[in-house]
Amino acid sequence: MKDFSELLERLLFSPGRNTKISLLHAYFTSRPDPERGYALAAIAGALDFPGAKPAALRAMAEARTDPELFALSYDFVGDLAETIALIWPNAHADASPELPEIISALRAAKRDAIPGLVATWLDAADSSTRIALIKLITGGLRVGASLRLAKLALAELGGVDVNEIEEVWHSLEPPYESLFAWLEHRAPRPHPDEKPVFRPVMLAHPIEAKDLAALDWSAHRAEWKWDGIRVQLVATPHGKRLYTRNADDISHAFPEIIDAMHFHAVLDGELLVIRDNIVAPFSDLQQRLNRKTVSAAMLQNFPAGIRLYDILFDSDEDLRTQNFDARRQHLEAFFEREQPQRMDLSPLIKFEVHHELGLLRDGAREAAIEGLMIKRGDSPYLSGRPKGMWWKWKREPLSVDAVLMYAQRGHGKRSSYYSDYTFGVWNEAGELVPIGKAYSGYTDTELAYLDKWIRNHTTARFGPVREVEKEIVFEVGFDAAQRSSRHKSGVALRFPRILRIRTDKPAAEADQLEAVQALIT
Amino acid sequence: MGPHPQTWLKTTPAGLYCEPGDFYIDPLRPVARAVISHAHADHARPGHEAVLATQGTLAVMRTRMGAERAGGAMQALAYNEKIKLGDVTVTLHPAGHVLGSAQVAMEYQGAKAIVSGDYKRQPDPTCAPFEVVPCDVFVTEATFGLPVFQHPDAADEIAKLLASVALFPERTHVVGCYALGKCQRLIGELRLAGYDAPIYLHGAHMPVCETYRAEGVVLGELRPATVAAKAALKGAIVLAPPSAIADRWARRMEDPVICMASGWMRIRQRAKAGGIELPLIISDHADWNALLSTIREVGAPEIWVTHGGEEGLIHALSRLQIRARALRLIGYGDEDAE
Repeated sequence: MKDFSELLERLLFSPGRNTKISLLHAYFTSRPDPERGYALAAIAGALDFPGAKPAALRAMAEARTDPELFALSYDFVGDLAETIALIWPNAHADASPELPEIISALRAAKRDAIPGLVATWLDAADSSTRIALIKLITGGLRVGASLRLAKLALAELGGVDVNEIEEVWHSLEPPYESLFAWLEHRAPRPHPDEKPVFRPVMLAHPIEAKDLAALDWSAHRAEWKWDGIRVQLVATPHGKRLYTRNADDISHAFPEIIDAMHFHAVLDGELLVIRDNIVAPFSDLQQRLNRKTVSAAMLQNFPAGIRLYDILFDSDEDLRTQNFDARRQHLEAFFEREQPQRMDLSPLIKFEVHHELGLLRDGAREAAIEGLMIKRGDSPYLSGRPKGMWWKWKREPLSVDAVLMYAQRGHGKRSSYYSDYTFGVWNEAGELVPIGKAYSGYTDTELAYLDKWIRNHTTARFGPVREVEKEIVFEVGFDAAQRSSRHKSGVALRFPRILRIRTDKPAAEADQLEAVQALIT
Repeated sequence: MGPHPQTWLKTTPAGLYCEPGDFYIDPLRPVARAVISHAHADHARPGHEAVLATQGTLAVMRTRMGAERAGGAMQALAYNEKIKLGDVTVTLHPAGHVLGSAQVAMEYQGAKAIVSGDYKRQPDPTCAPFEVVPCDVFVTEATFGLPVFQHPDAADEIAKLLASVALFPERTHVVGCYALGKCQRLIGELRLAGYDAPIYLHGAHMPVCETYRAEGVVLGELRPATVAAKAALKGAIVLAPPSAIADRWARRMEDPVICMASGWMRIRQRAKAGGIELPLIISDHADWNALLSTIREVGAPEIWVTHGGEEGLIHALSRLQIRARALRLIGYGDEDAE
């Protein structure tokens, strides 16, 4: 278990994505099957066994020390699992069982036998292993690395494209021995058969002015870019799934979509909340995301729907090599034939010259539209972000002049710079209220300037956060303003970024909250 | 047993005062006569008229404060050598904390009290090990006075650091550590682990290392990190003050791995909040178990607890039926609270 717990510890503290990938790569290379496979399953959240209650572990830790000392320690440490792990009498050397042994013992054990089992492991483990064990067993394992990073590490290890892993991932089971065998060139790639696996999605590049000028418009098609979540619907005789574009399975959160999939196909579309054919703002869709269970009220108040963009498979016919125009025809015929509930087609926009599109794009202030998609009529469905095939043409951002209020140091390369900025606008009472946080959009020179300014103009510190003098005005760009109950100001901005520092503007002349509220869609 | 130490050891605004000897132990303000346990800034303050300490402590005080400010008459006393101050016999015993660190033992009319200053029980290649001396009252620190503090072996933590250096050969490992004691111990432990490459130091860390060397501690090749070329620091280990590691100074390094060597690193949130990527639990102070075992070995019927987690330690001692009370002295734990 020690190697796994050391991996978890380093992942927890490592800020950088590349560092995490290196750590995962080194672990997967050096550890044997099935241990590495179970570690991967832990990261994927795919392990399932009856857990133990934290209270039972706490009682055992108190019995080994003293309730008052435990209380003082918990007060100091602040995290129950960590307190238990740290206060547990130290073993001389780590002799805890390996991960696969722990998992099979937990699966075999009766629920009331688990605390005793755990105690014997804790007795034999060092403190970082104890934390990992307690988190694993109480179900609070926060790995500090996403499954995506683990897959990128595996792709590096096997010298394959990460999309090849994504495409078989959902047909695999812990401890993933067939996956490692393939990546280590000991066996062929696992075959997904007819399992409802994820297919790599095709993505677009943002379009620049020079691209616009060079485009042969007659060879391109246009459609709206809806502001929801890009999803893939997969239905085969062996199952039905709803995936995000990052291959996360979100089927459980949207049962009404799964229920509406009476066909066998793989479709590409946008997940939206749609009421009476009107697309609701993104904040409504957010109510439905990241939920384990969905209440009847949720289904009623935030009904989900799919706006279809593309078709990858019809039954077992792979359409991805066909061009966009042919796939679009196929999609329309498919839709006519199946008439699936809760779904509609994202319409193609007719245009003669691209100036018309520019006007349309600028006029599209409807909340649900982020801009336009421009797709080549002869583009096959390719994985990743191929050059010169699909473009996204976002509408111009909205902007507001806001005052820098708080700053925090960033991560990774920016870990020594104050690079995360909370900004606010004036309310009726003449107070600044925060409306958002941005950590991009500025140049390196501006960052260096802001960093120095913040250090010299700090008025208070709250842990890692510095409050600064209210002097710097940012022009903040954002895609939409939404109502929010989380922020004191009642407003939340979508995709905020710093457009420039308004050195010409005194803080008192920054925008009023009213002006921002007027932009809520 | 003679008069109880509480009748002749007094807490005063200037610090702990030994009345029949007319001297202060680690006084907080300038006094006529001071006995100094060790050279950390919160214990060794400038401007005393007469200072008694070990040779190592005096040497470090001169380095850090300058000979003028370090004190008027500086008198060195070897470990285990007796000296009479007034009616009190004073002896200095090794405390195992940093170079020259000493427990101050005082005997007065047959009663014996020991002020242990700061101490640890783990082995340290750069200072003499703690010596157990029986006494009637033992004054202990309690920096890590909670049972969650159980320090692992320093060798295991050093192995962790070296494994990370091997895993990220293109990056610079910058380790935050205090200039006196922790820095030299890290160097010593790295050498014990077979690491013989040059170790790079922040400018603030060099002078005390030179003093250690002059006192006979072997540290191997040390180079200043401030003037070294960035490329030379790839794959190197750099030691720097904790205030420098996550700040502007560290920017000159090549994609640094920010490490910190401290007993507090056992608490994950402490490490996370400080932006530490590789926490190393290496401490100059006794951990919980070492506090308890030291108190048992010393065998004093009464324990006075100074700075740190007094509450937990006093509670634990009461369960062991050892008389214990808090000795409230303001001002300690600033520098070497780690």
